[in-house]
Amino acid sequence: MLDLKLYLLQRLSALVMAPLVLGHLAVIIVAVQNGLTSEEILSRTQGSFWWALLYGTFVVAVSVHAAIGLRVIVFETLKLKGFALNSLTWAIFLGLFFMGARAVWAVTAVGAT
Amino acid sequence: MLRKLIDSVGPQFEAFKSQDEGLGVTETDKNIDVSVWRGGPDGGSFQRFEVPKQDNQTILDVVAWIQQNDDPTLSYRFACRVGMCGSCAMMVNGNPRWTCRTHVNKVLKNDRLEIAPLRNLPVIKDLAADMDPFFDKWREAGGVFHPTKSRNDPVEEISPLEEERQNANAGIECINCGVCYAACDVVAGNPDYLGPAALNRAWTLLNDTRDCGSQSILAAVSRGGGCHNCHSMGNCAHLCPNELSPMTSIAGLKRVTALSFLRPGN
Amino acid sequence: MIRPHRSHPLWLAFILHRISGLALALFLPVHFWVLSLMLTDRERLDGFLLLTENAVVKLAELGLVFLLAVHIFGGLRLLAMEFLPWTSRQKTAAAAAIGVSILISGTFLLQAI
Repeated sequence: MLDLKLYLLQRLSALVMAPLVLGHLAVIIVAVQNGLTSEEILSRTQGSFWWALLYGTFVVAVSVHAAIGLRVIVFETLKLKGFALNSLTWAIFLGLFFMGARAVWAVTAVGAT
Repeated sequence: MLRKLIDSVGPQFEAFKSQDEGLGVTETDKNIDVSVWRGGPDGGSFQRFEVPKQDNQTILDVVAWIQQNDDPTLSYRFACRVGMCGSCAMMVNGNPRWTCRTHVNKVLKNDRLEIAPLRNLPVIKDLAADMDPFFDKWREAGGVFHPTKSRNDPVEEISPLEEERQNANAGIECINCGVCYAACDVVAGNPDYLGPAALNRAWTLLNDTRDCGSQSILAAVSRGGGCHNCHSMGNCAHLCPNELSPMTSIAGLKRVTALSFLRPGN
Repeated sequence: MIRPHRSHPLWLAFILHRISGLALALFLPVHFWVLSLMLTDRERLDGFLLLTENAVVKLAELGLVFLLAVHIFGGLRLLAMEFLPWTSRQKTAAAAAIGVSILISGTFLLQAI
């Protein structure tokens, strides 16, 4: 179930992600050429403030977007509403946000390994 | 004089006359196997009827034939029979249709028809759906005109070229038949959703410069069951008998509500 | 079996957007978790990355790339319809979104093999 604010958050996070996803697709296609290794990933991202900022923004936006998207699907198909629906939305957002933030930390922080 | 006129038209008239015998319908020897939903608010089931097939025959003709020739207890709703009043919509082979202007030939599958009351609405009896929730939502969406002038004021001049008027014109031919409401899967998933027709009405009123209720309309369509629930799946535009696009109207409402939230006062 | 009132291009675009969104949201936690192995268990991470050489996993990746592409281009179509406003020829736009997605995931496949 969406009201104006959730709708705006959904569209805003989509707008933020649009260039990021296009970039992500490009990186996927380029990175996959020579096979993936942890070293190859780190050589690209480790110690880079910009990659951290980029992926950090991506994680915030995707957590918001996925939480609201799943909220709608759960409401329409499982008929969950009210407090339960709001709690679930928050739980999905926080879960994705913390897992995502940890992943960004893992690939960008210097000396984390 | 008339005879002379007919003679002068000659063979064309003869051809026309034979084609038109019996009010434009010729019975064929085929029958249609019609399943009609029978029951009330608490449920029901399909009942089968054999209806003679005719060359020019609408779904409403089929329902009327059953009621007049087979089972007089069959309940259904209709009024104008020419696609003006919007009262005869039913589910026909799974699609909501205006039955008075839906030809049997167009929707018949293997000489079978399945006719049921409109989806997403409570049933009163047989094919008559209860339209109350549908019209309640018209009011909930702010669809009642908010006048700015009294009868003593001169009639306002509206240019048909203005963008707002063109937006309104694109949606005002709605006949409230409820086809879009029955077609909409968002309504099916969320009983509070105002639905395509009510939101389309809100959009036309928002674009009507004579209406002074913009703020109340924007507030009404921004609540929990408002326009932001629409997934633009377009069942409404696909099946609207008047070929309107409530989906486009709702996209307009989303845009205007978003902009007015981001730039209050505009 | 698709019910009659749904058998038209824009409904198919809708269901594709919903399924791709759902699948991506469910994939995200796995994606984040595998990346965060960089912090805790790099050998295991390299083990996972080695799996991507497997043909079946490659196909699954192709699926993910297609889902991401189809979700973003379908989403851009919706944003354009709502905000530009760019409302005519929605069916063509929806078809184009799928076309571009096939192109992108095809490029991915050619690079990956």
